[in-house]
Amino acid sequence: MSRNLILGTLLTALFLGAALLSFLWTPYPTDTVAITERLQPPSAAHWLGTDHFGRDMLSLIMVGARTSIAVALVAVGIGLGLGVPLGLAAAARSGGWLDEAIMRMNDLIFAFPSLVIAILITAILGPGALNAIIAIGIFNIPVFARLSRGAALSLWRREFILAARTAGKSAPRISAEHILPNIANLLIVQGTIQFSLGILAEAGLSYVGLGAQPPIPSWGRMLADAQTMVALAPHVAILPGLAIVLTVLGLNLLGDGLRDRLDPRLGVVRT
Amino acid sequence: MLAYALKRLVILALSLAVASLVIFVVVEVAPGDPASFMLGINARPDTIAALRAELGLDLPVHERYLAWVTGMVQGDFGTSYTYRAPVAQMVAERVQVSLPLALYALLLSTLIAFPAGIFAAARRGKPGDVAVMGATQLGVAVPNFWFAMLLVLLFALKLRWFSAGGFPGWDDPLQGLKALTLPAVALALPQAAILARVMRSALIDILHEDFIRTARAKGLSRRQALWRHGVRNALIPVLTIIGLQFSFLLAGAIIIEQVFFLPGLGRLIFQAITQRDLIVVESVVMLLVFAVIVVTFLTDLAYAAVDPRLRGRR
Repeated sequence: MSRNLILGTLLTALFLGAALLSFLWTPYPTDTVAITERLQPPSAAHWLGTDHFGRDMLSLIMVGARTSIAVALVAVGIGLGLGVPLGLAAAARSGGWLDEAIMRMNDLIFAFPSLVIAILITAILGPGALNAIIAIGIFNIPVFARLSRGAALSLWRREFILAARTAGKSAPRISAEHILPNIANLLIVQGTIQFSLGILAEAGLSYVGLGAQPPIPSWGRMLADAQTMVALAPHVAILPGLAIVLTVLGLNLLGDGLRDRLDPRLGVVRT
Repeated sequence: MLAYALKRLVILALSLAVASLVIFVVVEVAPGDPASFMLGINARPDTIAALRAELGLDLPVHERYLAWVTGMVQGDFGTSYTYRAPVAQMVAERVQVSLPLALYALLLSTLIAFPAGIFAAARRGKPGDVAVMGATQLGVAVPNFWFAMLLVLLFALKLRWFSAGGFPGWDDPLQGLKALTLPAVALALPQAAILARVMRSALIDILHEDFIRTARAKGLSRRQALWRHGVRNALIPVLTIIGLQFSFLLAGAIIIEQVFFLPGLGRLIFQAITQRDLIVVESVVMLLVFAVIVVTFLTDLAYAAVDPRLRGRR
């Protein structure tokens, strides 16, 4: 295993584990306010200190991981669930009107500055985790559609697909039974990258107040709250950001490592 | 080239038309009645009726859309409901902050990324390359608004070299530039990480080409071949990414402006959102989308002008 893969897996496992653990246990409850304990630096009692309400930062970061991961994961799910079938359908009818329509639609979504549209969507539909998911998920659709179309197109010219066609299988069946398993690796790698981009996007949206709403803890929200207190208690601003960086870094390393491992041909030149 | 440019122009026009339609539908049709949305739940029916008349909501949807688009084309962006000022004038004031910020960040990002990418490619696989790649891996993982907070903590609160936020205006250009420095650095660094990676991999690809071997065979040193033939050819993919980054920077500026309390387009949008001033939201979003689509179009054209092979490609 490459160093990337090991480090990426460890970091990803750490944050996934922390998020899962937070359902069962956190060092302190995150919904009780203790003003006397506010803005304490890291100590034996509070490993990562406390926030402006006296809540334990470690507990908040654990529960915040849940929000970030849930939003990003569902957004990737939307991209996979809608983008891959569209891409496969476009490839199966390559050059046809369906292909043309799907690809032009993709170009259009790509042309939009995603953050601006995400802001617009959450502003109109109202801030909240669900609308953040929709806003981020929409931009995952063309990514997966384009990727699976490109990969599927080259597979359609191969002999084993010709054999399946000769055997009388329909295009949707060939796409599901022969194309999809062969592009799964590619989708997993892209999925990891979109997952990490989703975490960054969620953090940005909740930082400007358009993501998950209080009292649900989220990393971006914690940073927004910390902004006015950064001089008094730097830890409240540094730690949630560090959690974001480590999670995104972990996922990116995992994606790189998986790409090298699943497709050795791509291992030569890394961008 | 002309045929290609015309084709791109048609796509540009279509993109703008569809974009305006999407924004119009999302802002004016989706929330139900914009007038009651803007006034909130406690509004009196006669106030809502008055606003409906003022906004022209009595007209059919397609007429409203046409009126909005023709207004925009003529530079009339409507009147802000909260400020009672023409949106075009508000936008013109705010652009003076957002545009210089995005350009400043673009400049910084390029200045950091070019040397870093070239350095890494020239030392491929050696410790220098590994260090640069490690730094870029970290750079792409850092949310720019958090990086901005760290910059404020260090350079404004601890060292007191810069102010923590605000914008003094352009009366003294040096002061204005100084106020935009921390925000521009925060915006630029994550983009520089991406750009450095693109520069490096483009250069590494090129260094494998036959013409580099020819250049070396005719007696150029590695360094000469890299600079005279490598870097020049690697610029094509790099320029595309720079074009794309402009849109990220413009959109990223929206969030960074929040961190530094800069009176730019981003703050205008958020103020308008909290005040439910839909006319401002709609026009500013359309303007940003317009800027991005036009920059993408120009990048495509520049790309085709530099590399004729690309004109035939879809």
